[in-house]
Amino acid sequence: MNPLLYILQQVINAVALGSLYALVAIGLSMVFGILRMTNFAHGDMMMVGAFATLLLGGVGLPFGWAVAAGIAAGALAGILIERAAYRPVRGAPEVTLLLTSLAVTYILENLGILIFTSSPQNFPVPDWMNNAVQLLGGQITFTQINILTVALTGVALAGLGWFVTRTDLGLGMRAAAEDIGAAHLVGLDVNRLIVVAFAIASGFAGLAGALWAAQSGVVEPNMGFTPLLKAFVAAIIGGFGSIAGALLGGYLLGALEVFIVAFLPSEISPYRDAIVFSLLIAFLLFRPNGLLSRAQEVKL
Amino acid sequence: MARPEARATAGRPAEAPAPPLLAVEELRVAYGAVTAIRGVSLSVRPGEVVALLGANGAGKSTMLRAISGVVRPRAGRIRLEGTPIERLPPARIVRLGIGHCPEGRRIFGSLTVAENLRLGAAARAERAGVAEDRERLLALFPILRERQQQPAGTLSGGEQQMLALARALMARPKLLLLDEPSLGLAPLLVQQIFRRLAELKAAGTTMLLVEQNIAVALDLADRAYVLRTGEIGLEGSAAELKADYERVAAAYLGARR
Repeated sequence: MNPLLYILQQVINAVALGSLYALVAIGLSMVFGILRMTNFAHGDMMMVGAFATLLLGGVGLPFGWAVAAGIAAGALAGILIERAAYRPVRGAPEVTLLLTSLAVTYILENLGILIFTSSPQNFPVPDWMNNAVQLLGGQITFTQINILTVALTGVALAGLGWFVTRTDLGLGMRAAAEDIGAAHLVGLDVNRLIVVAFAIASGFAGLAGALWAAQSGVVEPNMGFTPLLKAFVAAIIGGFGSIAGALLGGYLLGALEVFIVAFLPSEISPYRDAIVFSLLIAFLLFRPNGLLSRAQEVKL
Repeated sequence: MARPEARATAGRPAEAPAPPLLAVEELRVAYGAVTAIRGVSLSVRPGEVVALLGANGAGKSTMLRAISGVVRPRAGRIRLEGTPIERLPPARIVRLGIGHCPEGRRIFGSLTVAENLRLGAAARAERAGVAEDRERLLALFPILRERQQQPAGTLSGGEQQMLALARALMARPKLLLLDEPSLGLAPLLVQQIFRRLAELKAAGTTMLLVEQNIAVALDLADRAYVLRTGEIGLEGSAAELKADYERVAAAYLGARR
């Protein structure tokens, strides 16, 4: 096979995987930016989104609408946990916030097991999505799901970019992330900004959940765990709290994982995750503010 | 609350001509076990500039933060045009007409100058006049017009102070709270800032000014209160206090007992 085409193929794979990481990492980073809290339940919004898509697809809703409902379900779940669990402990010591978000994770995952059992369930997608697209006489292949993932991520990111640079709410969110005290003094309704941040972050996670399930073909209650850890690494690499950083980190991580498997000797492939998490440790040690640092210390 | 007797009565607004815009009555604020404000009463009338002086830790910033709703008072009343505001959240207080230009400027450094100004007006109930106010403020601070598309974090200290002022004024406040506008600025810049403040005063802006620099503060203000360890140690017209620096100094030194 032509090496150039092989590289191109891997780049396409990297972009598809990176899109999912970026979608999840941005939400994690956005919430951290304002609240200085790592929302470990963020991964479970993927589960909520995927199950909502599954259920509504199961009752005959067209796949596109089912995904839209999955996004809405994720956003709604995010708003609910903010109101019910996080707002009452806002301003509490970091340990309290950490434990609260871990508790929410366990509650949601066990709720998922209660309703859907712990065994993976089939996630049916329309036939066309599994069709392989072949370019250059089959030398480059990817599925429609890959195209859909990249396209929907692109739309979501463009929408977010517009929102945080062109609207009062979006600018307010960035302002609150930078200095929440000053945001209060300027008269911004910080509660509302936090709700909006949770809605967007969780909606993105819901979308990522539906896309993740479409790619793997299954949904299960703890499906958000691995992507959450990866998103966490991506967000740290980019600079925790920065939206652009999470985007960059997501795509870098996707590229790293794909390239480790594609270009390094096959004996190294099993150590992919070990390499990724070593990178996390390296960043925390040597560049804790990430690549796009905002010149402030990262607190976990 | 026992207040320092004779000296505290000088220039009391017993003969107040206009009803106060802001009236603080017997305010008490504590951070945990530490009482920062011990029963302070003060008032600001429309069009007036009132200075709040005092040594570090006397409770000046705490007063402003309590008025803005950022810290909750233990007891006492804060009224804006007669309406009690001491239990309202900060966003509501800004909407009712109190703008706060905080200590250390606290501009949003990653946003542009234009975006900072835009957020200053975000809390305004009525949108009409936002564009005119923006023009008026850019005319008052021409350097901000040149820097509009620059991230605010790249501005110099003096420019950031002007931006903080303009951002607070974009809310079209009835009362502007100013916390140490001269902090960390070179004397020439302090002069520049206070010249702008004098223009704002001439245009009718009501201000409550916290300031370490007694001389410039008394030049601008109509009246002043000197806080010492959370109590009013002295109050009077700016002219009286300027003529009696010794008593101002004594009120200051009281803080270091």
